[in-house]
Amino acid sequence: MDVLPQLLPIILLSLSVSGVALAIATLIGLPLGALLALRPVPGKRFWELLIYTGMGLPPVVVGLFVYLLLSRSGPLGWLGWLFTAPAMITAQVIIALPMVAGLALTAVEGLDPSLRLQLRALGASPNQVMWTLLGEARSGVLSAIVAAFGSIISEVGAVMLVGGNIEGQTRVLTTAIVLETRQGEFGLALALGTVLLTLTFIINYWLVRAGQRRETAAWRAEARPGR
Amino acid sequence: MTTGPAGALYSLRAVTKSYAGRAVLDLAALEIERGEALALVGPSGAGKSTLLRLLNFLEPPSAGELRFRGQPVAAEPPLDLLRRVTTVFQRPVLLQQSVRDNVAYGLKLRGLAVDGRVDAALEQVGLQALARQPAHKLSGGEMQRAALARALVLEPEVLLLDEPTANLDPYNVGLIERIVSDQNRARGTTVVMVTHNVFQARRLATRVGLLLGGQLVELAPTDLFFEAPRDPRTAAFVRGEMVY
Ligand SMILES: Nc1ncnc2c1ncn2[C@@H]1O[C@H](COP(=O)(O)OP(=O)(O)OP(=O)(O)O)[C@@H](O)[C@H]1O
Ligand SMILES: [Mg+2]
Repeated sequence: MDVLPQLLPIILLSLSVSGVALAIATLIGLPLGALLALRPVPGKRFWELLIYTGMGLPPVVVGLFVYLLLSRSGPLGWLGWLFTAPAMITAQVIIALPMVAGLALTAVEGLDPSLRLQLRALGASPNQVMWTLLGEARSGVLSAIVAAFGSIISEVGAVMLVGGNIEGQTRVLTTAIVLETRQGEFGLALALGTVLLTLTFIINYWLVRAGQRRETAAWRAEARPGR
Repeated sequence: MTTGPAGALYSLRAVTKSYAGRAVLDLAALEIERGEALALVGPSGAGKSTLLRLLNFLEPPSAGELRFRGQPVAAEPPLDLLRRVTTVFQRPVLLQQSVRDNVAYGLKLRGLAVDGRVDAALEQVGLQALARQPAHKLSGGEMQRAALARALVLEPEVLLLDEPTANLDPYNVGLIERIVSDQNRARGTTVVMVTHNVFQARRLATRVGLLLGGQLVELAPTDLFFEAPRDPRTAAFVRGEMVY
């Protein structure tokens, strides 16, 4: 029980860094993916290729890139973000963004191509068309969000490089596991690993449930008496 | 908004539509009057659906002039213009929501209250009992009626129908024809409908136009179109012969 006060800040930091990164990546990635699926964007194939490549980016490479960007002599060095939570969030946004955008793109492209025109005919603005289609592709959109979360909560390369695994400041679950394993504290490392797995499970369960609720919300709203 | 000299609702002059350099529509002139029920007939690939997309401002003509209420329509029409017209597509795609939410969709887009109008539209098409069902569980005829309801609830100035009764049983055909006729005659909605069924055109239309290879071969009041066609190709079409 004496490890809990030590563990709690690590868990909270992991959750908040990856949570904020996921939120940012979702807010940018969903419209981006939908836009590429719907609009005759110039160089569409190139952007798609870029996104699909980005989906497979090794986190450690992203970490290196963000490190160079944020290091004191780097173009964004003046921010003073290196070895802070914002640096870790930045790296995780870069990892998650292509996943969200790429999977949303695929999901929207999988919809009936005539639906878009039919929504227009019902009077939808281009923005309304986009959000309706993302809603129609919700299972694909949800797997995009789940997959992106899974990859950033569990990545270690980028947070290690740009966060520095500083105790009480940038130590997250994955970097703590690396540290404890190196120090031979296998019991603690395993415990941390179990915490990570459990957290991921709970959050995915919650995300999937939220998606299902959204789907059934329509019927329940209908079941409510009166207007 | 001002109206054109003849007061036509739509006025098309030398309108063409091409895809990848291939002209699929080439109309010298076409006027559609307020409150009329115009049926468009013609073989597959004649450009009927393409013409409806132009009339709903979903795509701009490749060349020529399309006027609505006397005003030229821009390539990117403003939303309030788009919202005066709606289409029931040849193959309606409903949203994966309840039937009621599908019907309410267009009202929500406009920021309008989802009120008794939705129930009225559902009742009009005989779907009130299925309002809570997921739309994708409907039968073909029910889907077509739901698609009609989500258009009717918008009280459009112009209702475009693309083969609204294709592949339907006589019960559903009769139901939909009654609704369309009521909408046109009692409520004054301008209707342009594509149909492969000449009897349907006779029952519902005030005028009938024959499209062949993207061209309007003949456009005449329904009686004349069927009883005294001027163009031999219309005569052949009316007799039920293949015309290409
Ligand atoms: N978006 C498009 N891109 C390329 N070609 C198209 C497109 N839409 C229609 N066409 C072509 O235009 C021609 C006319 O098509 P349209 O759908 O208007 O015919 P139609 O009269 O509605 O036929 P049907 O009775 O089979 O529905 C066809 O040859 C079709 O292949
Ligand atoms: Mg067609």
